[in-house]
Amino acid sequence: MIALTLPEPPARRDPTDAAGPPETLIEPPGRWRWLPLAELWAYRDLCRMLAWRDVQVRYKQTALGVAWAVFQPLVLMGLFAVFFRRVAHVATGDVPYPLYAYAGLLPWFLFAGAVSAAANSLVDSERLITKVYFPRLVIPIGAAAVAVVDFLIAAAALVVLMLAYGSRPGWGGLLIPLAVGMIFLTALGVGSLLAALNVKYRDFRHALPFLIQAWMFATPTVYLSLDAGTELPDWLWATAHLNPLTGQIAFARAAMLGEPLPWAAFGVGSAVGAVLLAVGVIVFARVEDGFADAI
Amino acid sequence: MAAIVVENLSKRYRIARTAERVAYRTLRDDLAALATWPARRLRGRIDRAEDFWALRDVSFEVQPGEVIGLIGRNGAGKSTLLKVVSRITKPTAGRVRLRGRVGSLLEVGAGFHPELTGRENIYLSGVVLGMRRVEIARKFDEIVAFAEVEKFLDVPVKRYSSGMFMRLAFAVMAHLEPEILLVDEVLAVGDAAFQKKCLGKVGELMRSGRSIILVTHAAATAQKLCTRAILLDAGRVTSVGPVRDVLAAYSASALPTELGGNENIRVLAVRAEPVAGESIAVDSGIRLTVDFECRVKARVVDCTLEVSTGDGIVVFHAGTFLTESEPCDEGLYRVTTHVPPHTLNAGDYHVRLIFGQARKILLFGQDSVCRFEVANVPVYGTLTPLPGVLRPNLAWRVEYLGRCG
Repeated sequence: MIALTLPEPPARRDPTDAAGPPETLIEPPGRWRWLPLAELWAYRDLCRMLAWRDVQVRYKQTALGVAWAVFQPLVLMGLFAVFFRRVAHVATGDVPYPLYAYAGLLPWFLFAGAVSAAANSLVDSERLITKVYFPRLVIPIGAAAVAVVDFLIAAAALVVLMLAYGSRPGWGGLLIPLAVGMIFLTALGVGSLLAALNVKYRDFRHALPFLIQAWMFATPTVYLSLDAGTELPDWLWATAHLNPLTGQIAFARAAMLGEPLPWAAFGVGSAVGAVLLAVGVIVFARVEDGFADAI
Repeated sequence: MAAIVVENLSKRYRIARTAERVAYRTLRDDLAALATWPARRLRGRIDRAEDFWALRDVSFEVQPGEVIGLIGRNGAGKSTLLKVVSRITKPTAGRVRLRGRVGSLLEVGAGFHPELTGRENIYLSGVVLGMRRVEIARKFDEIVAFAEVEKFLDVPVKRYSSGMFMRLAFAVMAHLEPEILLVDEVLAVGDAAFQKKCLGKVGELMRSGRSIILVTHAAATAQKLCTRAILLDAGRVTSVGPVRDVLAAYSASALPTELGGNENIRVLAVRAEPVAGESIAVDSGIRLTVDFECRVKARVVDCTLEVSTGDGIVVFHAGTFLTESEPCDEGLYRVTTHVPPHTLNAGDYHVRLIFGQARKILLFGQDSVCRFEVANVPVYGTLTPLPGVLRPNLAWRVEYLGRCG
């Protein structure tokens, strides 16, 4: 028989309890509700730890580690340089085309990486979701944040490229965080929407890489200059601007390479991005109560 | 003021009643279903989801410092109740009011990642359970000391032994210091010494005014730790009160739900009860009783009980004739037998009933007419049940035969 002689309890209570413990009310889910921003803020450490975990694990598990972040845009840069420059003769003004392509691919990979990480994050966190409570939005946020880390690493390669080509950044470089922030928020909106869909429809996972690839070619500024669009029919060019990435990527590249900043295109892209963020996050909040039952 | 107030809580799950039950929906299936919907509608073949109520009108209160044992069969709704109270899933109706921070230990090692080191996992798992980073940093040394893993802090936890992993995981959870703690049978981890430490921690939390809901199968654990118990059956609360009363109700609820019969035999009642004590345990002995109506006459009728484990291993198959060697009469009969104490090991058992004519012709038979649970009685300082179907109290003799050679 196990002897249950319990040790004397230390007379210790958290001094923060003085204000009285917090109250929680658990009720059946309502139909639509506001985003629990205060709660998300309370769980900011979890967001950071999840992002940190994903970076750590990838670094420990893959031989190339963080080099992947640089490898992908560099390879595409090479391909683009051959096809768009040599074959299609795309004009990029004073900027050498490889540099130009890399500076467009960098923000694109930020978006694509954040969207795909966020979209798959919920399904991959099944064990957490069914065992512990926390605002579910921290999972796609944490997953998407990893793409920002990749972006910073790949940006180091951009600096090297710029030095190699003798290109110098301008004051616009100070606006890079703004561009990155807007791209991140747009990606978060799209990613959380896809994440919610992914829980319900598991075959969505297979459609995702294709969707992202198609989106890249539908974003002309990844491989063309914003002005090149003037050769396109007006309606097509207008449609391209409804794609938030068109303006955001043009702006990010201009900021990185010290070119004139396309404020108008960025404004349109950011407005569309904000709508996508709102839609994605609201849909997510609407269905998040069911994740533990559906996953 | 109550720490937990549960009011008319209900939780419904929808079970798809399609011919082939798919685990997950695919967009392709839904698109296909949408396309063929008018056709199926015309033919009147719309699939209706079936409702399953995991919880139905559950109400109770827990005061600060109380330890509530949640008892019930598998599928009675215990885990669902903990999931609702810990906010993992939302109720369908009713509500829960909580005063204080909630810590739920539904799984040991929630949030752990095998590739990360012990140190990294303490932070990760702590944050997942709802602690702030600064709070973890403050309690870090305490957690490490409790888990006894100082030497392995910078080793990935995938290299840990299962015991070390459990200790570390429990240590993080134990230092969450919530006002309300929800525990799902994770106490049965690690070796005896660590179990004792865990129980000590639970006792400590209890006396510092925390409220605990403990899901348990083990009557012994419930009796040691809990101040009150709640019995759940098919999603409803069927008994609330002192632990021993609820445990007695739990044993009594082991009665069969449907008793069968035919033109030969009609079964009236089958019972499994403890010979001594409140509930069936390894050391209580078990009285098995069968009441039935014999509808045939002038035949030699026998009654046989076959007791099997939950895994389907037949433990014994034994019975008796109703009358010694001569044909019996129609009428009501009661057959009783005793399984001596220290025979069956802890676990779930079910009884199959067979009526025969002189053990040659089957008159009537029914599977699982009665189920019962034998509660564990700790031995050798461990709460974990011993392996084996039987747990006999054997007589041992030790002799010293002298020195070697």
